[in-house]
Amino acid sequence: MEEILLLDTIERFVRGEMEPAEEAAFEDLRRANPAVDQLVVEHTIFLSQLNIYGDHKNLRGSLHDTHNHLMETGEIKVEVPKTKVVDMFKKYRKVWSVAAAVAGVTAITISGLVAYFTPRTTPNVEQLVNTKVRAMENRLNRKIDAEVKPTKAPVDIPLKSGGTSFLIDPRGYLVTNAHVVKSASTILVQNNKGQEFKVKLVRVDNDRDLAILKIEDADFKEFLSLPYGFKKTGADLGEQIFTLGFPRDEIVYGEGYMSAKTGFNGDTMSCQIAVAANPGNSGGPVFNKNGEVIGILSTRQLQAQGFVFAVTANNIFRTIEDVRKEDSTTHLKISNNTSVKGMDRVQQIKKIEDCVFLVKIY
Amino acid sequence: MPFGLLFVILSIKIGSRVTTDPQELALLEGLAKNDKQAIETIYKLQFGMVQSLIINNNGTADDARDIFQEGIIVLYEKVKSGSFELNCQIKTYLYSVCRRLWLKRLQQMQKYRGEIGAIADTVQIEEEIESHEERNLEFGHMEQAMMNLGEPCKSLLEAYYLQKKNMSEIAGHFGYTNADNAKNQKYKCLMRLKKLFFAQYKKR
Repeated sequence: MEEILLLDTIERFVRGEMEPAEEAAFEDLRRANPAVDQLVVEHTIFLSQLNIYGDHKNLRGSLHDTHNHLMETGEIKVEVPKTKVVDMFKKYRKVWSVAAAVAGVTAITISGLVAYFTPRTTPNVEQLVNTKVRAMENRLNRKIDAEVKPTKAPVDIPLKSGGTSFLIDPRGYLVTNAHVVKSASTILVQNNKGQEFKVKLVRVDNDRDLAILKIEDADFKEFLSLPYGFKKTGADLGEQIFTLGFPRDEIVYGEGYMSAKTGFNGDTMSCQIAVAANPGNSGGPVFNKNGEVIGILSTRQLQAQGFVFAVTANNIFRTIEDVRKEDSTTHLKISNNTSVKGMDRVQQIKKIEDCVFLVKIY
Repeated sequence: MPFGLLFVILSIKIGSRVTTDPQELALLEGLAKNDKQAIETIYKLQFGMVQSLIINNNGTADDARDIFQEGIIVLYEKVKSGSFELNCQIKTYLYSVCRRLWLKRLQQMQKYRGEIGAIADTVQIEEEIESHEERNLEFGHMEQAMMNLGEPCKSLLEAYYLQKKNMSEIAGHFGYTNADNAKNQKYKCLMRLKKLFFAQYKKR
């Protein structure tokens, strides 16, 4: 009981509830009795802690209640976090739009350029048209000048490109690739002696990539017959072939073999041959060892070496049939007879080279 | 506690060189009294700002509530300690305190990634935060001691020391035959609580 009384007294002292006389007596007791003093100090700390604890507990309770109450009444709401992406979007909206516009324009420009410069039918192959013809023209002109022959080229239009063509009918019908004569305003052909002849475009067959030309020039002397014939059935794999063409202003001979019966991406209208081919070879004849025409050299694959493609000769027959159907007055006919058969190559070429022409596109 | 309250009001008045807004003063007085109306007003005015700060800096709505309430407690301690020189608005003070508290929390969670919030500390609150942490620790000791005390001692002591009920009231409420009996019981409980509390308090 004594301890209870003591504690009670201390509590009254700490709270300041004592009468002045009692307080003075208690102060005396504290000084006289260190144990009591120790207890007073300890209890003072404890009570203040307990008070703070009580206050905080109350406050926390109030805050908790207030929070719940305000949530219920809707006066405060749970905020939805703004996501960083949205933030960045808002912050950089202008930059984004400019970047998007630039990207869009760039993409359209690039795709436009790609579409413009890509061959429409066969995107991975290169058409063997000689477009670097300026130097060639100069030398050709010099050659012609030397022989004192006036050029038939139009005065004010520059030479655009060059290819090869060859006779299919002794009266002056020529065949070449459709892509050679594409976008031509004037076409001239020139033989290996440098003689130029004006030609008329008879037919362009874009599907088969073939074009039929006719020499309409007084200077042209008709042949009696062609030294070579045309072979509808094509050639066998491994068969020796040779080509004649104008990758430059001089006729160029090339030799190779039949590598595949189909062309690029399995195209059955053409075949693959192994031969050196360069821009300007387009439209040139491909002969087998007998001197029969088995195809028309047209394209080569861009990414790989030695993949050259030729339109097969049976396509020439079909195109000619189309021409006949449309115009019955053209007595265009091609023969199967080959007079150079059995000759050695040098003799064959001597006979054939007069029938192969350089095509000049203005 | 009429004396303490008067002291608080006086000290606000003395320190009110800058604080001239009577509305803010009234709120602080209310907060010191644990007045529901004042707390609700402060809550309504300031919670949204703190919540935005927390939520847009890796926090959740629960984090926002904790930090805001802790900020109010810091403000309360400041008011109670009587050294509240209000050289800024409640809003600014709360923002600074909550920002600081949240930074500390983030650092503890190792999520802190550089500066948060638009402004740096406009108010010097480092000391207050430290003393607040001290007090939080002490609060934790007392809470822990109370928890370990168990019933009915906890309720008995809370009724006497926190709710300031007199002994005969308590005796009636807790079913003791008379006030002396209750006093006897209270003494035993108090001794146990003191033992528990000082065990932790002295450990530090």
